[in-house]
Amino acid sequence: MQAYDRIKCTRRAGRATAADYIANIIHDFTELHGDRRFGDDPAVIGGVGFLSGIPVTVIGIEKGHALDERMRRNFGCVSPEGYRKALRLMHEAEKFGRPVICIVDTQGASCGKGAEERGEGQSIAENLYEMMTLKVPVVTLMVGEGSSGGALALAVADRIWMMENAYFTVVSPEACASILYKDSSRAPDAAESLKLDAENLIRLGIIERIIDEPADFNDPQATAFFFASLDNSLTYEIKGLLKIDTETLLAERYEKYRKIGRCATEGVPRPKVKSLFRRDKR
Amino acid sequence: MELLKHKTLSDYLSSDATVLCEKCKEEVSERRLAAEYFICPKCGKYNRVPARVRVEYLVDAASFRELNEKVVGGNPIDFPDYEDKVESSRKKSGEYEGVITGTATIGGFKTCLFVMESKFMMGSMGTVVGDKITALFEYAAENRLPVIGYTVSGGARMQEGMLSLWQMAKVSGAVKRHSDAGNFYLVCAADPTTGGVTASFAMLGDVIISEPGALVGFAGKRVVEQVTGEKLPENFQSAEFQLQNGFLDGIVPRAEQKAYLTRLLKIHAKR
Repeated sequence: MQAYDRIKCTRRAGRATAADYIANIIHDFTELHGDRRFGDDPAVIGGVGFLSGIPVTVIGIEKGHALDERMRRNFGCVSPEGYRKALRLMHEAEKFGRPVICIVDTQGASCGKGAEERGEGQSIAENLYEMMTLKVPVVTLMVGEGSSGGALALAVADRIWMMENAYFTVVSPEACASILYKDSSRAPDAAESLKLDAENLIRLGIIERIIDEPADFNDPQATAFFFASLDNSLTYEIKGLLKIDTETLLAERYEKYRKIGRCATEGVPRPKVKSLFRRDKR
Repeated sequence: MELLKHKTLSDYLSSDATVLCEKCKEEVSERRLAAEYFICPKCGKYNRVPARVRVEYLVDAASFRELNEKVVGGNPIDFPDYEDKVESSRKKSGEYEGVITGTATIGGFKTCLFVMESKFMMGSMGTVVGDKITALFEYAAENRLPVIGYTVSGGARMQEGMLSLWQMAKVSGAVKRHSDAGNFYLVCAADPTTGGVTASFAMLGDVIISEPGALVGFAGKRVVEQVTGEKLPENFQSAEFQLQNGFLDGIVPRAEQKAYLTRLLKIHAKR
């Protein structure tokens, strides 16, 4: 499939959204609201529940299904209060030693006067900064769209898994085409050049795993099988991550990001490799 | 690789050329502009300062020691026409990449310093820029030094795809480690600071300052207007707007910046 066809596929109505993932793999989910500073962003669903009996915190960017819900959720474009709610819940998870599962599906951060006034950039920066040293395992599922800093703000994780048709990009192909070619209709060319699909991203070392999707999310049997298998593999992964001591977990998380684009040599301290390459006892 | 020759402050101060002010478009002699911190003598507009000259304005004479000057990247995702763009940016800016990093003393206080270069693909952050800044924060943490940073950037560099976006998280992680070890970071969000740089290390300083009239924001103003159909106020995303909304500690005129940095370095000096 061409890169742009995958993008169209992630934008199609009827595709599973974060709420569907939560409903199918998390038991006793309790939604928690608000950033305790300004408001509650409906583009982010956050809360606590159980993944196969393991208490977890789940934070998902939700687009909604029906048009009125999609509008209420701002089409999954997250405002500063959404990122701040997510961070508040991550810190709560850290306090109680719960792993965090992030579900990312967004065409980008919210774009508007209010979002800028309330520090869209600052809220994303703070998430990146804090998530780098969050003392609990974080697993991110890229389930559909993943555009720019607005997606990255919930994608700093120990493991990033991507649905086979999901995309993750530095800039939306439309914006890229309109900047480079002054013609947003050349988005398919830009999408090809940006290497934003799961196969390219696993090759570049950005993500760890590609998850097969059901051919049609409206086929109940295929979808049930898909969620059951995701539930299994996610449980296995999180159990493994929970066995790693915090120091090693954080050192490996830092190194996962550190190694991408490594080229400067002067003044770089010698890496302290003591525990970096010790395998977990799975 | 060819050796690049960059213009120094004394080159500008002895230049006979004239340039146009970015705002009023009046002719100004380059010599006069450089003598006045690149502030237009006619309209007062803060014109962009070449990174190399910015370093000279800030640091004590002959104290700057550059790190990773000649590090260059390739075309990691084979993006069409990327090499040509990098090559022409090199010629235009006299720099190998979009950021200068190193150590220096400012008012006698030892510090690490990075300054981004707007003439290098609009200061965009690709892997080399991200890696040089990360390495600088690691060096600073190892040697218990503060970091002073000047951001001038349109954001993450599209032509390196996700590898560029990754640098936002990577630099933020290095800033966090530097901070957790008790070290000081002051950042000046200079004109322009937008996109992925605003959404990472430009907003992570212990102290964040800017310059009069600088553009500081996340999404571009035109994009916001297109998407929302809203007419935005004149000062939208200006440094003054960010100060009013609580995202800056101050707006510091260029002529006073060295003294400002010296005071802040002094108060945060390790005993």
